[in-house]
Amino acid sequence: MRAVEPTFERTADPENLQHIASAVRQKIVRTIALAGLGHVGGDLSVTDILTALYFDVLDIDPANPLKPDRDRFILSKGHCAAAFYSVLSLRGFFDPAAVDTFMKPLSPLNGHPNRRKIPGVEANTGPLGHGLPIGLGAAIGAKVTGQSWRTFVVVGDGELQEGSNWEAAMAAGHRGLDTLTVIVDRNRFQQGAGTEATNRLEPLADKFRAFGWDVIDVDGHDVGALRDVLATRGSGKPRAIIAKTNKGRGVSFMEDLVDWHHKVPNAEQVELALKELAR
Amino acid sequence: MSAAEAPRADGAVETFDCRVAFADEVIKLARADQRIVVVCNDSVGSSNMGAFQKEFPDRLVNVGIAEQNMVGVGAGLANAGMIPFVCAAGPFLTGRATEQIKADCAYSQYPVVLCGMSPGMAYGELGPTHHSIEDFAWMRAIAELIVMAPVDPAETRQAVQWAAQSGKPVYMRVARFKIPAVTGPDHQFEPGRISTLREGSDVTLAAIGTMVSRALDAADLLAEEGISARVLNVSTLKPLDDATILKAARETGRIVTAEEAVSSGGLGGAIAELVAQHHPVPMRILGVPGFAPTGDTQFLLDHFGLNAAGLAKAARELMGKGGD
Ligand SMILES: Cc1ncc(C[n+]2csc(CCOP(=O)(O)OP(=O)(O)O)c2C)c(N)n1
Repeated sequence: MRAVEPTFERTADPENLQHIASAVRQKIVRTIALAGLGHVGGDLSVTDILTALYFDVLDIDPANPLKPDRDRFILSKGHCAAAFYSVLSLRGFFDPAAVDTFMKPLSPLNGHPNRRKIPGVEANTGPLGHGLPIGLGAAIGAKVTGQSWRTFVVVGDGELQEGSNWEAAMAAGHRGLDTLTVIVDRNRFQQGAGTEATNRLEPLADKFRAFGWDVIDVDGHDVGALRDVLATRGSGKPRAIIAKTNKGRGVSFMEDLVDWHHKVPNAEQVELALKELAR
Repeated sequence: MSAAEAPRADGAVETFDCRVAFADEVIKLARADQRIVVVCNDSVGSSNMGAFQKEFPDRLVNVGIAEQNMVGVGAGLANAGMIPFVCAAGPFLTGRATEQIKADCAYSQYPVVLCGMSPGMAYGELGPTHHSIEDFAWMRAIAELIVMAPVDPAETRQAVQWAAQSGKPVYMRVARFKIPAVTGPDHQFEPGRISTLREGSDVTLAAIGTMVSRALDAADLLAEEGISARVLNVSTLKPLDDATILKAARETGRIVTAEEAVSSGGLGGAIAELVAQHHPVPMRILGVPGFAPTGDTQFLLDHFGLNAAGLAKAARELMGKGGD
């Protein structure tokens, strides 16, 4: 897959970013309806985070996806590949039309990101709890080689129940890895129920702080606020951005309903969703 | 996951999702025995354990997305005298918690029933991270762990009953891909015993799980060509029924194995190890050769020749009758 003209250019303007996020959301809904499979709830909650990163914050080049000094981004919640593919394609990493083959036989766009097939993907994620250790390793690599690029990892909140995250968090705090940023998509739901009903995460910020991290709370749907926070560097400590989001954000009948973790909208629901998202 | 549940035939044959029989049997056992508990990883729905949770809310432990913890908790519950059914998607249960399965369950001899849900390529479209095709090789390498893959709803029920009273650590695949019933009304599942579903003298088709009904179809194709194929349902991979395999090797002189798993270290590997040492015969080992591409289960099985035509072709080759 090859770089194409980006559908949207890079921008720091919150209004433009918001416009892009809306286009991403519409693409997600169409993609999942076409595939008949997907994880629409978490896709819609992570959209603004991915938009802020890919359309402003990250130092990346779609025409040269492996340029050595690029910022690293890892989508640890790999089940939200539809959002990731939508963003990557609209940013110009590959043809947005290719996203229509999502999960179809022999498509390179399988249900979870694959770095061997898709430019811009750093790690094959899908099993939860892998992204932060990989990000930690990348960040240590930058430090050891004296480079200044940054590493960003997006994790689901339910995903934080995996112990591997905390092993990585402990090591990152210990090493004061200030080029490492984890963004928690805090939508308060996992696959079967709420996170707090399943295996409580709160007080989440205190947990990261106890491991030696700076913690910043942000409205995960305020693209402007997200870009501001993500664009600044911390010093001396890794950073955890706890982004308060809604699962199914932007579609009234999906928002904060656990059913939509991987339910697929029917034709009528797609139409309604697209109408709401276009506003 | 609609695609994976599509019936494999033209709809004429009734097909089953073994999770239904599985959950029903676990609930039945739980009503009679307070020690039965379920442990899962945010997988109540995908393990079909909603009804269990409703009836026995205190006996379902959902540890969240934490498979290593989940298996350790299973061992601890066994220590406390309970009989835990640990249910999670096959790839994450066996892959993520291999060491817990080895050290906490098998080596410690705790009677934990590890249930790999939606095994093989049931999650075809989700890609290789979600395919449970290494589980046979991984689990087979663990000493004293019983490894089984009941073939249809009736055998699933019997395997659940057996595992619950066995007092042994067990890994069991619980299939979601819909397959027809292949065992008859008199069938009695016995761990470590292969059932011969069809007698034959020219070649043996030894299959496990989803491949068994396809092996029967292959035997039909071969019969039309005058080739007599024996069909074995290997529902227990470990311990293997050495006697039945060696008898088949002696009597048919050729063996084709088929599994919805990587083609090394699983059923084919187990049988090859056995016959190579005791009665070498030519073999063909059919399985998944590497990381699979994207596609629904049906597509992927056909893609890899894991179907009646593929088995028949392998048998023909062993007969020296060439491919098609
Ligand atoms: C190791 C592992 N266990 C289980 C799963 C199955 N699974 C996929 S998504 C999901 C829920 C994820 O919840 P969360 O991290 O909160 O993501 P979000 O709600 O943002 O979609 C689960 C349990 C998995 N992919 N990996």
